[in-house]
Amino acid sequence: MWQRILGIIRKEFLQTLKDTRTRGLLFGPPILQLILFGYAVNMDIERARIAWVDADHTPESRDLLAAFQGARTFRVTANPSTDGEIQDLMDHGKVQAVVRVLPGFSRDVKRGSPSQVQILVDGTNSNTAAIVAGYAGQIVTTYAAKVFAAQQNSRLIPRTSMLGGPAPAVVPMLTSQSRVWFNPDLKSRVYFIPGVIVNIIALVTIMLTAMSIVREKEIGTMEQLMVTPIRPAELIMGKLLPFAMVGILEVVLVVVAARLVFNIPIRGSIPLLLGCALLFLLTTLGVGLFISTISHTQQQAMMSSFFFFMPAMLLSGFAFPIRNMPIPVQYLTYLNPLRYFMRIVRDLFLKGAGVESLWQSMLALALFGTAILGLSAVRFHKKLD
Amino acid sequence: MNLRRTGAVARKEFLHILRDGRSLTMALALPMLMILLFGYALSLDVDRIPTIIYDSDQSPESRELISRFQGSRYFLILGAATDYSTIERKIDADECMLGIVIPRDYSNNLLSGRSPQVQLLFDGSDSNTASIALGYANSIVQPYAAQLRAQAPGGGGAIKTPVDARLRVLYNSRLKSKDYIVPGLIGLILMIIGALLTSLTLAREWEMGTMEQLLSTPLRPAEVALGKMSAYFVLGLIDMFLTIIVGVGIFQVPQRGSYVFLVASGCLFLTGALFWGILISALTRSQLIAYQLAMLTSFLPAFLLSGFVFAIENMPIPVQVVTHLFPTRYFVTILKGIFLRGVGIEVLFLEVSLLAVYAILVFAVVTKRLHQKVA
Repeated sequence: MWQRILGIIRKEFLQTLKDTRTRGLLFGPPILQLILFGYAVNMDIERARIAWVDADHTPESRDLLAAFQGARTFRVTANPSTDGEIQDLMDHGKVQAVVRVLPGFSRDVKRGSPSQVQILVDGTNSNTAAIVAGYAGQIVTTYAAKVFAAQQNSRLIPRTSMLGGPAPAVVPMLTSQSRVWFNPDLKSRVYFIPGVIVNIIALVTIMLTAMSIVREKEIGTMEQLMVTPIRPAELIMGKLLPFAMVGILEVVLVVVAARLVFNIPIRGSIPLLLGCALLFLLTTLGVGLFISTISHTQQQAMMSSFFFFMPAMLLSGFAFPIRNMPIPVQYLTYLNPLRYFMRIVRDLFLKGAGVESLWQSMLALALFGTAILGLSAVRFHKKLD
Repeated sequence: MNLRRTGAVARKEFLHILRDGRSLTMALALPMLMILLFGYALSLDVDRIPTIIYDSDQSPESRELISRFQGSRYFLILGAATDYSTIERKIDADECMLGIVIPRDYSNNLLSGRSPQVQLLFDGSDSNTASIALGYANSIVQPYAAQLRAQAPGGGGAIKTPVDARLRVLYNSRLKSKDYIVPGLIGLILMIIGALLTSLTLAREWEMGTMEQLLSTPLRPAEVALGKMSAYFVLGLIDMFLTIIVGVGIFQVPQRGSYVFLVASGCLFLTGALFWGILISALTRSQLIAYQLAMLTSFLPAFLLSGFVFAIENMPIPVQVVTHLFPTRYFVTILKGIFLRGVGIEVLFLEVSLLAVYAILVFAVVTKRLHQKVA
């Protein structure tokens, strides 16, 4: 029996590797996704373009400008002077924000009466806008705190020294210290690259499995296989095992790239990651097998894989946090195997999670895997008879 | 060129689409599913950040700070922790994203004029959510700190800060991610119809050998291509109208620009996408390769490199240069310009002309290829 399975495995490997098309499918998607999510897809804001409008032209307003220029987050690229120019810059999306210092700014600051700095943010991309607004507000508040401290000191020191009293009382200052865990530099790449493992396994193994089986049907070699002594169970095993190996190989490929090329920390155990990948493969191979039973051509197999993959990926929490979804949809995602593996991979990479905190997700993967693979195998059997 | 013959091909193609379940799903169900997903389910908005507070001070002063967080819609206080390790465990288990630690000497320090420090612990795994949450947390602590200083002895008693940042958000003042994603979706959907479906249909005729039959009739290659194109053009228009109606009508995405300009630029983009689809199928006669080529050159760039979800200005410069090769980039800029900024051709002139150039360029290559292919 093992000999027959091995025979199929060997044939499958040869076929997959010899065919340029499937060879491309093996290595194209992982490399492409690594490049895209490692370099291109970047939600970090660095050096956002802002326009500076200074209607005051005083040392105080220039101080504030220096604070903006000194921040890594901003880069002043325009100095519009009229409202029309500002409108034009914003309409064309040439700057992401306009900071406007109104006339009388330094007078108000010196007098201690509240003065305002206007910040106009382009909200088109709501995320960029929220981050830009946060940073800009922070720079202004820090500047305000500095001005205020200087004012208080100048008010306190003469008063206390006039009285010949003790050193001035220090004004209490509440500060917050933020500590960011797991991804201290807040790089999108650190969040996305581990998730690529999930996408790649799903995309590649579902498509390869479905297409390789349908190809046999399409070119009529399935009948030939059936007249040999190979039993259906052996056929399934022989068909699925090579793609399971391919899946593991892709995991290794992404892990190596994550570590060596992108410097992503891997804080958990790699054997555990591979074990979970095996559990997840049960599901993807099962889905691939199922799609092969409902498709007559490779074309259909490919499209059906896409139909499954696309919503499953979008609802896995890969790019869109599950927490943000409406509650009914959040419950629906519990039916999505990709969700569990996504959580496992990220927690394992970033948080160094072990079995003790991942066992529920692993159990879910195992259950989904056996159910889907089992049902698909039964259906495949029936179709053969 | 004969209009009657072209019309016959278009009619045949319509029947094909209607009878083939999978094509129909691809043409109508997939776009609808995507609008539903992006309009209803998927969002990048950061609010109700699950937060845990460890208040080891338990004073009126610390409760005052906590109430500031409770009052904000950006934070959802899940509960109180009684030690540091509870916070660690909850963050590890993905149960909360932010832990606020108020030290034991918080109120003492505050009242005696020393500077207390509050610790904010973030789960940074999701860098995007975390950096927005960080901004929100600072925008709560900093004004509060300023107020404390002002009220302190010698602070002058003024509650106002000397410099105040007045924030105004233009174009998408609700800061809803839905409002910027759904308009761009039109570009993605038109790309699926234009490039993906069209490239498949011609490849199918070649694969099944019906192309030779078609060509042995009085039909000219250009008529076949044009007939097929018009069928998919109509489909694309239907999808575009559906997206606009559902997006604006049901999901309340603002549409501030001109509908005429919207539809006109949509038609221009769709034409370019259709020519691209025809070009792909002229390059290959296999449906499988056509599908992969179309995915690689139309769908993926439309999804990831068009600014549809992921902002182009954050990408590294070489990738930014690459995005200029794909027309969806220009169309997504146009769509967001119309929907959110409410601007017209006077601002978007460059993008519109680039779309036109693209369509003409691909058309020129296509006619050349089709000629060679048949000859």
